[in-house]
Amino acid sequence: MIEFKLPSLGADMDEGTLLEWRIAPGEAVRRGQVVAVVDTAKAAVDVECWQDGTVLDLLIQPGDKVPVGTPIAALLEAGETSETVQRPARVAKPAQPAPAPGTTTSAAPPASRARISPAARKRAAELGVDAGTLSGTGPQGAVSLADVEAAAKSAAPLDRQAAMRQAIAAAMSRSKREIPHYYLGETIPLGAAMAWLSAHNAGLPPEQRLLPGVLLLKAVALALRDYPQLNGYWQDGAFRAAPGIHLGVAVALRQGGLIAPALHDVADKPLEQLMAELGDLVQRARSYSLRSSELSDASLTVTQLGDQGVDSVFGVIYPPQVALVGVGRIAERPWVEEGRLCVMPSAQFSLAADHRASDGHYGARFLGEVRRLLQTPDRL
Amino acid sequence: MSRTTYREALRQGLREALARDPRVFLMGEDVGRYGGTYAVSKGLLEEFGEQRIRDTPLSELAFVAAGIGAALGGLRPIVEVMTVNFSLLALDPLMNTAATLRHMSGGQFSVPLVVRMATGAGRQLAAQHSHSLEGWYAHIPGLRILAPATLEDARGMLWPALQDPDPMLLFEHGALYNLEGELDEREVVDIHSARVRRAGTDLTLIAYGGTLGKALSAAEQLAGEGISAEVLDLRVLRPLDDATILASVRRTRRALVVDEGWRSGSLSAEIIARIVEQAFYDLDAPPARVCSLEVPIPYAKHLEEAALPQVPGIVAAAKGLLG
Repeated sequence: MIEFKLPSLGADMDEGTLLEWRIAPGEAVRRGQVVAVVDTAKAAVDVECWQDGTVLDLLIQPGDKVPVGTPIAALLEAGETSETVQRPARVAKPAQPAPAPGTTTSAAPPASRARISPAARKRAAELGVDAGTLSGTGPQGAVSLADVEAAAKSAAPLDRQAAMRQAIAAAMSRSKREIPHYYLGETIPLGAAMAWLSAHNAGLPPEQRLLPGVLLLKAVALALRDYPQLNGYWQDGAFRAAPGIHLGVAVALRQGGLIAPALHDVADKPLEQLMAELGDLVQRARSYSLRSSELSDASLTVTQLGDQGVDSVFGVIYPPQVALVGVGRIAERPWVEEGRLCVMPSAQFSLAADHRASDGHYGARFLGEVRRLLQTPDRL
Repeated sequence: MSRTTYREALRQGLREALARDPRVFLMGEDVGRYGGTYAVSKGLLEEFGEQRIRDTPLSELAFVAAGIGAALGGLRPIVEVMTVNFSLLALDPLMNTAATLRHMSGGQFSVPLVVRMATGAGRQLAAQHSHSLEGWYAHIPGLRILAPATLEDARGMLWPALQDPDPMLLFEHGALYNLEGELDEREVVDIHSARVRRAGTDLTLIAYGGTLGKALSAAEQLAGEGISAEVLDLRVLRPLDDATILASVRRTRRALVVDEGWRSGSLSAEIIARIVEQAFYDLDAPPARVCSLEVPIPYAKHLEEAALPQVPGIVAAAKGLLG
């Protein structure tokens, strides 16, 4: 018999919550098959099985939180039958903390049921929180309403993939329904920028090196200073300029979906600081620990799909913003300069903009400004 | 506002009732010449005369029953019983006659009687003068049970009680007679509602009569530790004002009943049962109570203090509700 144990899905993972079984007892399982979805502290992860077998028993239920290494399913090896093996015990719920001596009630008998206050239980159902997995701070270690609300705040709901899909669907539908997009494309030569970057990064340890993306963000932000009609929101039938230049940085999440948290005051910050903040922002976006301001402040979104190998991306504006800058792959391409053919690193920039707030002529001049700024990278 | 005591406020209420309605009279042991065992009726004999301030023989059975007869006959008697312990001698007329006649006569007779009595411990009067039996009376349909804990209620509950066609029992906690403070003459006093005496958000302390002051002191102490306790004064023990009690508990989600009665089969048990029946899903902790120990109230000072609900015990129980 094979005991399938909860694998570690990262160096910092010590426990996981089962979200979903993808297998059922009696079903054959092949090596490499996804058998379960487990929520770690960071994300919902598809868990694969590395052996062939037949499912004998599932030992934990969706919502159960168990330590890494806990047997979570039993599989029969080829030739075994359920009669020839001894079934493993189901995983018991973690023991509740010992009751503290009460001041007003007599000592309670050993708890056969998790201590969750009625108000906490009701709220947990409303919020989709599994109160049984929380450690309580109420009387005798009971889970209180405050514990549930704190847990709901810190942890995204279990079905956040679906929730995120819904959110993206709603925002993008609204965008395409309401926003009359116009699109502009421009191939921007990045020879000077890439050369400057190589020189800057030479000799620096990897963690201090700048990535080209930061340069592009800074250039977009500086250009927005001169083109404020692209930096803001369309609300209540009118354009409202944003108080600062906070670029939404589209971050793809590992388990699907994306999020575009704001990098604040990009035009005012040196590149080194932006690099550090960007790294932090991306990491936190992927661990669902963004601050609310980062989720609401973005005044223009930048999406860079170049490292996925595409030459260009024409994005969908994230309402109520009025513009989105897309950046394709930075690659060496044939280029004509001063009547001569040469090889030049370049990238295709695009602008998707809300025609209610600006016109193509304005957008074209904005992209031209981005191009101009990127030719003098030492000034960024 | 005027500076006064609970005792004087009661006397003021009596004087106003006697002056307003010629059908009102007061009778009981030592209420006339002696001025009342707790000096509540001092001076009233001189002011209103022997017809309306009547000393009675030492027989609770006789004079409470006579009061019922007078009420049936059209008067508005106020009967003073020295302490609730002695009222047991009059339990038969109170329960079998006063509380039942409206129902047994098909509504032909009502008993507009007010019985005042002292209740509670804390003055070293030992086990035959110190018990809190108002919870027993609150068990009986047909009676209305009032427990004034403030100067305003001491003065103001009597008149509406006399207007009601049914028998009223008014319990004055013995430790309150010397309570001194400012009486707000403008406060409108009713005999049906519970009142929030201190607003709070983290738990509700439910008290009445002699325990209200202790609950307020406990709330003050809890506030110093960052715990916001609401203090609810029941005021009326029968019928209980469920709506006000439950509204408070639903808001704070935690309830602690402070009752000087014994725990088993008590008013505190009834209140907690109602909370659990009606607000179970709003509770964030099991309801709790602080009651008197289940012993005859001791004479010795330190033992008496140990037997009664006290502020440190209320504070500790409140913290227990918050984990």
